[in-house]
Amino acid sequence: MNKIKQYFKTHSYNIATYGIVIIAYVVMQYLSNADMLSRSVNGYLVPICAYIVLAVSLNLVVGISGELSLGHAGFMGVGAFAGIVTAACLQGVVDSDFGRLMAALLVGGVVAGIAGVIVGVPVLRLRGDYLAIVTLAFGEILKNIIGNLYIGKDETGIRVALSQAELHLGAGGKVILSGALGATGVQKLSTFFAGFLLILFTLFVVLNLINSKEGRAIKAVRDNRIAAESVGINVTAFRMKAFVVSAFLAGMAGALYGLNYSAVSASKFGFNTSIDILVFVVLGGMGNILGSVISATVLYVLPEAMRGLADYRMILYAVVLILVMLFTWSPKVKEIMSVVTAKLGGIFKKKEVGTNE
Amino acid sequence: MNEYSRKMLKVPTYNLLREQDMGKLPVLDVRNLGIDFGGLTAVDSFNITIGPTEISGLIGPNGAGKTTIFNLLTGVYQPTRGSVLINGIDTKGMPTHKVNKLGIARTFQNIRLFSEMTALDNVKVGMHNEIKCSFVSSLLHLPSYHKAEKAANEKAMELLDFMGLADVANVKAGSLPYGVQRRLEIVRALATNPSIILLDEPAAGMNPSETMELMHQIRRIRDTFHIAIFLIEHDMNLVMNVCEAIAVVNYGRIIAKGTPEEIRQNPAVIEAYLGKEDGE
Repeated sequence: MNKIKQYFKTHSYNIATYGIVIIAYVVMQYLSNADMLSRSVNGYLVPICAYIVLAVSLNLVVGISGELSLGHAGFMGVGAFAGIVTAACLQGVVDSDFGRLMAALLVGGVVAGIAGVIVGVPVLRLRGDYLAIVTLAFGEILKNIIGNLYIGKDETGIRVALSQAELHLGAGGKVILSGALGATGVQKLSTFFAGFLLILFTLFVVLNLINSKEGRAIKAVRDNRIAAESVGINVTAFRMKAFVVSAFLAGMAGALYGLNYSAVSASKFGFNTSIDILVFVVLGGMGNILGSVISATVLYVLPEAMRGLADYRMILYAVVLILVMLFTWSPKVKEIMSVVTAKLGGIFKKKEVGTNE
Repeated sequence: MNEYSRKMLKVPTYNLLREQDMGKLPVLDVRNLGIDFGGLTAVDSFNITIGPTEISGLIGPNGAGKTTIFNLLTGVYQPTRGSVLINGIDTKGMPTHKVNKLGIARTFQNIRLFSEMTALDNVKVGMHNEIKCSFVSSLLHLPSYHKAEKAANEKAMELLDFMGLADVANVKAGSLPYGVQRRLEIVRALATNPSIILLDEPAAGMNPSETMELMHQIRRIRDTFHIAIFLIEHDMNLVMNVCEAIAVVNYGRIIAKGTPEEIRQNPAVIEAYLGKEDGE
């Protein structure tokens, strides 16, 4: 029993994070099944999951590794289109929709991870502001590359080209991606359940990473690069690991997002989306994973919920952002919050231990 | 090993060599080391040999090039001339993290702790290369991860306890008092399992009683871990009491080597610190 007590004590933050996500999923799934959600709210569920994963994965780079990356949506886009192509290719091969979705998520993650390696090699030579600007540039490059790809399939296999005419599809061939128009006629595979699983997977990977020797090394590099080197840590390798894991997860989120709509174009994965994700991370707290989960949800729902205000909603959204930032930045509020979270943490710990005894 | 292994410590390097170090491979052997920054020669013709359990000091006026020498030894700077051999292996062209793996660890003049992490985590970062656990195992928290983590925790706590820091294990390093931070840096350096540690002004900012305590701890580190210690310090009381051999540098060159007594009486050293007498 003592061991269990000890476990809950040292892992209370992780347990709280998983717990909140699971409870939120159960509640939303219940409401959805009971038909208590409007059609628009039902439509938000999958994108919220995708944005939570994006925020958590960006937090790994911005909060834990301490590099300001402005190109996260680029990896999301790569993952989205890789996932869409995978799902389309597996149509008729794998019968189960869920199986195809999982394969699409995996391929989306791997392709984005590879993109992460390619982008990471030049980007991680830089630091600070310079790194931010170069990631911004690479984000746009990725967006433009996927925005100019034509991918089709026919009985001979997949064909990739830079224009419709060069595609030379055989009889019965089907265009999956058509350049700037993006993917159309995508079969909607993403489900809220899959999104929930992806969030759990992301939390599992990121929280485990943070609490391992790799995570400590990444944080050490963030806190003091020279000291980290002096204790035998290969700084470049660890910045790279964080960057690639983050790109991989962003790719999976992108695939989930892409397979949620019947039409997706590359323009979605530009600078604006990168900044949106960054806002989620900053508002939720650098390095605070649970904060990213909550702020991604709230900030995604907020502008949607204010649709009734028409043109004023983005102004209101901005005002809310400014107020929240000022509020959370004030030292007094910080003090109050730390007391509140300590108390809440205490209650939570006791409850958790209690249920296990 | 190489041709070098034949050249064991036979003759006392400066004037004093501990008996138990005789006939052993020196832990640090620096030959003719030099570095130029642009046209400026910061360090030149620096030679030193340190036995496996020796406590030696490096002193000199401000700006003499002491910290530059430490940076050369640990691979932060690549030397323009000469070589550094750690346990007989040449560090030429190695990045800092690889040089550390050869068995050299250091502390910094301006404290460089991982300030957002706890004291315990700082030490565990120091143990990074000691913890045997694959990336996959870390990601999935496989049983081998839990085993490695547990062992690491225990060893880190032992090391903290050794320097009297067990009480602050879970305090953020950045919020610890100055003297404690200095000691924590030493623990972190020890955690890399080095054969020599370089201390860059370990007593800076400490009061006399803390300095006394530090002197005992430096000796205890050598006697417990059987490693060499090479330190830069301005506190002459500490240097003269704790070091068995001292090298004095000025303008990037060694001007004297010897036991504390010899250094105290060396006219070149007195001149470097106090200046030439007038009317000579």
